[in-house]
Amino acid sequence: MSPLLELRGLTAHYGDFQALFGVDLALEEGRTLAVIGANGAGKTTLMRAITGIARVSGGSAALAGARIDRMAAPDILRAGIAMVPEGRRLFPSLSVEENLRIGAHARRGNGFWTLARIYELFPVLRDRRLQPATALSGGQQQMVAIGRALMSNPRVLLCDELSLGLAPVVIREIYAAFPTIRDSGAAIVVVEQDISQALKVADAVHCMMEGRITLSGPPASLSREAIHDAYFGVRHA
Amino acid sequence: MIWLDTLLQGLMLGGLYALFAAGLSLVFGIMRLVNLAHGDLIVLGAYLILGLCTALGLHPFLAAVLALPLMFGLGWLLQTALLNRVLGEDILPPLLVTFGLSVVIQNALLMGFSADSRKLPVGPIEAQSLPLGPVTVGVMPLLTFGSAILVIWGLNQLFYRTALGRAFRATSDDPVTAQLMGIRPRSIFAIATGIALVVATIAALYLGARANFDPAAGPARLLYAFEAVIIGGLGSLWGTLAGGLVIGVAQAFGAALNPEWQILAGHLAFVAVLLLRPRGLFPRAYD
Amino acid sequence: MTRKTLLPLILLIAVPLLAALPVIGSRALVQDLFMVLCLLVLALNWNLLAGFAGLVSVGQQAFVGIGAYALYACVILWGMDPLAGLLIAGLVAMALSAPVAFFAFRLHGAYFAIGTWVVAEIARLCLGQWKALGGGTGTSLPKGAAQEMWGAETVRALIGGSKAAAVDALTYWLALALVVVMLVASWAFLRSRMGLGLQAVRDNPVAARAVGVDPTRLKALVFLLTAFGTGICGGLLFIQIGRISPDAAFSLLDWTAFVIFIVVIGGIGTLPGPVIGVLVFYGLERLLADFGTVYLIVLGLIGIAIMLFARRGLWGSFLLHTGIDPLPLSHAAPRAGSANRSF
Repeated sequence: MSPLLELRGLTAHYGDFQALFGVDLALEEGRTLAVIGANGAGKTTLMRAITGIARVSGGSAALAGARIDRMAAPDILRAGIAMVPEGRRLFPSLSVEENLRIGAHARRGNGFWTLARIYELFPVLRDRRLQPATALSGGQQQMVAIGRALMSNPRVLLCDELSLGLAPVVIREIYAAFPTIRDSGAAIVVVEQDISQALKVADAVHCMMEGRITLSGPPASLSREAIHDAYFGVRHA
Repeated sequence: MIWLDTLLQGLMLGGLYALFAAGLSLVFGIMRLVNLAHGDLIVLGAYLILGLCTALGLHPFLAAVLALPLMFGLGWLLQTALLNRVLGEDILPPLLVTFGLSVVIQNALLMGFSADSRKLPVGPIEAQSLPLGPVTVGVMPLLTFGSAILVIWGLNQLFYRTALGRAFRATSDDPVTAQLMGIRPRSIFAIATGIALVVATIAALYLGARANFDPAAGPARLLYAFEAVIIGGLGSLWGTLAGGLVIGVAQAFGAALNPEWQILAGHLAFVAVLLLRPRGLFPRAYD
Repeated sequence: MTRKTLLPLILLIAVPLLAALPVIGSRALVQDLFMVLCLLVLALNWNLLAGFAGLVSVGQQAFVGIGAYALYACVILWGMDPLAGLLIAGLVAMALSAPVAFFAFRLHGAYFAIGTWVVAEIARLCLGQWKALGGGTGTSLPKGAAQEMWGAETVRALIGGSKAAAVDALTYWLALALVVVMLVASWAFLRSRMGLGLQAVRDNPVAARAVGVDPTRLKALVFLLTAFGTGICGGLLFIQIGRISPDAAFSLLDWTAFVIFIVVIGGIGTLPGPVIGVLVFYGLERLLADFGTVYLIVLGLIGIAIMLFARRGLWGSFLLHTGIDPLPLSHAAPRAGSANRSF
């Protein structure tokens, strides 16, 4: 039985610049994976490569055994991978509810996540559903972005830098939704520079540096020093 | 009283210009594309209606209904085969491709139909008019005006009330993130151009029913349409209607002063509005 | 042969050959090539605007028409010599281009294109109201005016033939001179500080602004200068044609559409592009002129095909595939290899 999402030797380029150097990664059904690393480590490129926004130049990516690395972004979403992009990227000319609804644009049939369930998860959005999405606070916008991605009922949910630019209390509020998301059946990948929240929700951690995964394992097995080294690239003598 | 009459004629004419402009406005709003062949496509639509009239012996209104799906298909094909390939950061390729298309369409029509001017045979309705308080107004102009309002209203409903409209706006905002929603921007663009040509066909019906047209009539129609879009403010459909009315009224008053000044007055009104309000009358808040 | 000497060499061979034409060639050929040279002048101007300054104008016929009408006014109304009128034509076109720029620069990209077109229409409709120059139907240049202009008698003494042939030869030489001046001037301008700034703006506006290039001022300057060149060319064209009307003087097809196709086919944003484009254009015209509308359809289709498959036109594709640039615009430092192509 192959993992739900499996990357083998994935590479990606921006023009002549190589951003990913043979990334291997496996995500099992129902699990949560954290990818941590400093700014420029290649985390966002990895997410963009999986979702088809950035072109994959080598290696393979497969969802439930089926190759996705040559597919276009809209088809990868249909296959079951949704992303909360870095910087949220809400549609400014759409209301909160329209932003949520457009998440279900390609959906066929029913699934766990409905508008009602999103409002249950983030009740504050219900009251503001008719406002322009960009009129909301940063934390609320992040909730819309998560809800929008969930509306496609993805098998894999990728979250890119959820905590970027948000206050710690808001970050905690957003991560509080994760158990529910996980119980809905979605496997999750969180990409973070902010390690503490990511470690709390993750079953396994990958540290990235300069386009490579330099350290992997369950959070408990990794010492603070090891993560610190992998994160900052310091080598002890 | 004569001025009231002129104003009314101008408003009716403005409705026609709004119809010319609505498709242009829609396409620009969604993909930032300016189609220099838009006027020629309207004229092509008029010839298509005329062709259906003669071939099948239909009334122009019925022929136009038949022409609608054909023109939608043409728009879809045009976008898929040609325009999607040249959309991008560089504005030159789409501009030059649509310019080339304009020359091709004009001359193909010239070959097929000669330079003679034609008219759509709408029958007695053409001469009928209604008393409207102190003035009378022709039934055809009134129908044109009503259709313009209906078309703009319909496009607004489509844009703001339907799933397709939601996808239009999302793609216009951010085509990359739209792909993450499973939206295929290129097929959205193809549908948008198809709809634009449906509106162009409605415009073609009234163009051909109210006045003569010939293969070279397109560029002037493009200019009126373009002026209406800019005056109204980019991306605002009701603004486009207002822009059409401004051009129509200006032309009517220009013509009342001196028949030779009709077109000139419209152009000058456009320049004046642009100098006073560079972003048009109803600019969208963000862009 | 070094790159530096190539351009002067080409000019040294081509120009005397072309200059000798009125002496050795037929009058019909002289008239044909006059039109080709004028289209080349217009193309060089439009290429500076659209290819280098990023100002895609569809309204350059405005300045052809304004130049032509200014010349006719000088000759018919004020009795000036056509040659002096040519200079006035350029100056009037340039003077009027300033308010046009003030208006049209409010529009960007594609909207600038149609904005300039509207301006040309306004100019056409306004000049159609000038009753002293024939209003909407237009007027002719008095027969004597061209035949007695400065230099016509000398030319006739030189090559013999009729008075009309002398006018043809003289206007032909003027057009040739205009081409040479335009070529050398654009080459010098593009290699100057301002010209390099312009290319920097085209390639990366943000970076160019950061190093102190003011794009709007530069673009306005190019707009004014090309209006001058286009205006003179308009005047010259209508001395030779001998009859003016608003529709002919402000023809979108003749003075802008053809010009755009010439530049696009040859290679937009390259200096040799318009020259190559005009040769192809002339060849196609000879080949297909008898078919009228088919010729225009073919031209339109070629323009579309170039944009789809070879955006930089014939010259640009040549550079891309060979990596050789015989006519570099940049001040190339000595270097190995051809990693940095310079267009």
